[in-house]
Amino acid sequence: MVNLKINGISVSVPEGSTILQAAKIANVRIPTLCYLKDVQCVGSCRMCLVEATGARGLVTACTYPVSEGMEVRTNTPKVRKSRKTTIELILSTHKKKCLSCVRSMNCELQKLALEYNAEEDRFGTDHDLKPIDDFSASVVRDNSKCVMCTRCVAACAQQTIGAIGPKNRGYAKVIGSPYDVSLAFTPCVNCGQCIVACPVGALYEKSAVADVWGAIVDPDKQVVFYTAPSVRATLGEAFGLPVGTNVEGKMVSAIKQLGDVKCFNMDVTADLTIMEEANELLSRLENGGKLPMFTSCCPGWIKFAEHYEPELLPNLSTCKSPQEMFSAVLKTYYCEKNGINPKNLYVVSVIPCTAKKYEVTREELGKYTDAALTTRELAKMFKEAGIDFVNLAESEYDMPFGEASGAGAIFGATGGVMEAALRTAAYKLGGSGAPLEFKEVRGTEGVKEAEYSLGGKTVKVAVASGLGSARNVIQAIKSGEKDYTFVEIMACPGGCINGGGQPYVHDEVRNNIDLKAVRAQALYDYDKDSRLRASHDNPAVEILYKEYFGSPNSHKAHELLHTSYGKREKY
Amino acid sequence: MAKKLFEGTAEQMSRLMDCINANRNEQGALMPVLHEAQNIYGYLPAEVQTVIAEELDVPLSDVYGVATFYSQFSLMPKGKHRISVCLGTACYVKGSDKILEAIEKELRISCGECTPDKKFSIESCRCVGACGLAPVMIVDGEVYGKLKAEDVAGILDRYIKD
Repeated sequence: MVNLKINGISVSVPEGSTILQAAKIANVRIPTLCYLKDVQCVGSCRMCLVEATGARGLVTACTYPVSEGMEVRTNTPKVRKSRKTTIELILSTHKKKCLSCVRSMNCELQKLALEYNAEEDRFGTDHDLKPIDDFSASVVRDNSKCVMCTRCVAACAQQTIGAIGPKNRGYAKVIGSPYDVSLAFTPCVNCGQCIVACPVGALYEKSAVADVWGAIVDPDKQVVFYTAPSVRATLGEAFGLPVGTNVEGKMVSAIKQLGDVKCFNMDVTADLTIMEEANELLSRLENGGKLPMFTSCCPGWIKFAEHYEPELLPNLSTCKSPQEMFSAVLKTYYCEKNGINPKNLYVVSVIPCTAKKYEVTREELGKYTDAALTTRELAKMFKEAGIDFVNLAESEYDMPFGEASGAGAIFGATGGVMEAALRTAAYKLGGSGAPLEFKEVRGTEGVKEAEYSLGGKTVKVAVASGLGSARNVIQAIKSGEKDYTFVEIMACPGGCINGGGQPYVHDEVRNNIDLKAVRAQALYDYDKDSRLRASHDNPAVEILYKEYFGSPNSHKAHELLHTSYGKREKY
Repeated sequence: MAKKLFEGTAEQMSRLMDCINANRNEQGALMPVLHEAQNIYGYLPAEVQTVIAEELDVPLSDVYGVATFYSQFSLMPKGKHRISVCLGTACYVKGSDKILEAIEKELRISCGECTPDKKFSIESCRCVGACGLAPVMIVDGEVYGKLKAEDVAGILDRYIKD
């Protein structure tokens, strides 16, 4: 252990710790900008500068190692002046349209500027605006607001995509994709991890809010919303509620206050996905189909496979994602049953994900979804509608797609799809009394493995979240080192609860809690308290098969609930 | 992807692949490969950068980032005659920016570009050690000093006929 003092507070930390880590233990706050736990630590922004004995000049707390007897001062006039100047230099080239910015009141730069009394125009404001790249279906980049922290670049590199990077040098330096080509024409998988890593308003989703408002007031349209499993666990953050608060009831109430709309539960088609996927897995096992089978619910993973692992495409489940299944069911079964012209039904999917915005544009999925809103966009609509979210009474989802199983709800966390599928596969192979909990596949580690015996069959499974982890698992399969039966992949580290469409969480919070684990816990608690725990017990799914699809993997199911994908060039 | 004036031969590609294969498993292989690629092609065409990215298994954004960071790398083809104008301190105070402007006007291209007939390309440099002759320009290694803007057309004429 190393003993040091920070602002006079004695603290003892493991050798090799940084000043920033030691400060956290001493409860001393040091501001950061380019540092983001688990994503980037390069010491380039100069916000975390401190005075330390034995060091020449000010040092970056995020990278500087502690030493025995060191005395650190984090708030001397010299330090404060340096930080203020740093912020003012950043602001000198920043497009300061703060009032209309997506990050207004939630911007890390704005917060720092206020704390350090920075003047926005100390160094003049004469600079050219850079073009906005909004060709991508998911991600918009406004480089005039970029502060060059490169957190987005690090997040993209961590996903092993590297669609963006620094270009040029000096004043000409910008962050973006090679040449002046839009992100839309790169191997970007639309995961949006760049957006949630961005401290300012330089990156945001392509908004569908105006379209949805338009549909709500259109007298010819009937508008239905459905919400993805993880949204209930994160939406509250946008209204100041603690991370990990389940706000399902308030969310449903608030959606219904937006206008004459219905609100359904996407967990229903998560259950439907499991019925199809578990059957597909069993059929591959029985008929010598391609194994391992990979899950196909995550549109980021799908595009990754198309670009980087096209030879694995036959291993992907042919199931559409719960979003695309739900929209297909709504535009066919639901319309037929209720005598609605599908053209007049406006389907809004609420998702934690920016890749789902790209998914709705895919021709091969039938384009049944009219708009996909991220958790952030839904929160924005509630605020625009003047809804007092925190004090709302709770409501229930509309029928017939209201109640679902806890298995559907845990789809939002890494390992959740696997566990849901195992519950149903175990039941199909072993009958009632089959296990309901498969805790080995839970948790926020990048890769999890387990082996189960289901009805006498040995099933080896792997779960990967984050595309770097996915690559490792695929490498192990290709080299013959591992032979799995079934593999779940989610593109975002931690799964959908950490998706690119989730509420912005400041670095200060992200750096100090296990965001993924706390959000996921809300879903596992929800599952535990659910009346139904397994997808095959979902009565809505039962009705769908009875009245419409016949049985899993039927001809009609294949027509509406399954698809196929093809190889895609990178550049 | 931007298609420039790229025309590569099989022989060039084979030289590039030799260099890539020699460096493939080295850490920091990108720099030597980019240097050799620029030697082979005279610049770094988009197509060549894509080949390098694929072969070295690094994102194109890394290749492009390095290629645009260092001023020795060029993304534009070079002409048969390479013109370089010194923008070092001595030449600059003696008005070499006006010389560069005159060349750009004469050839109807900007600094860093190549004429469509591939005859001339213009670049700028920092101090060639001929400050006594400031302002200077260099064409194919030949130094022209004590220049005035009106000298430019006459000098270029000698190469146009060539």
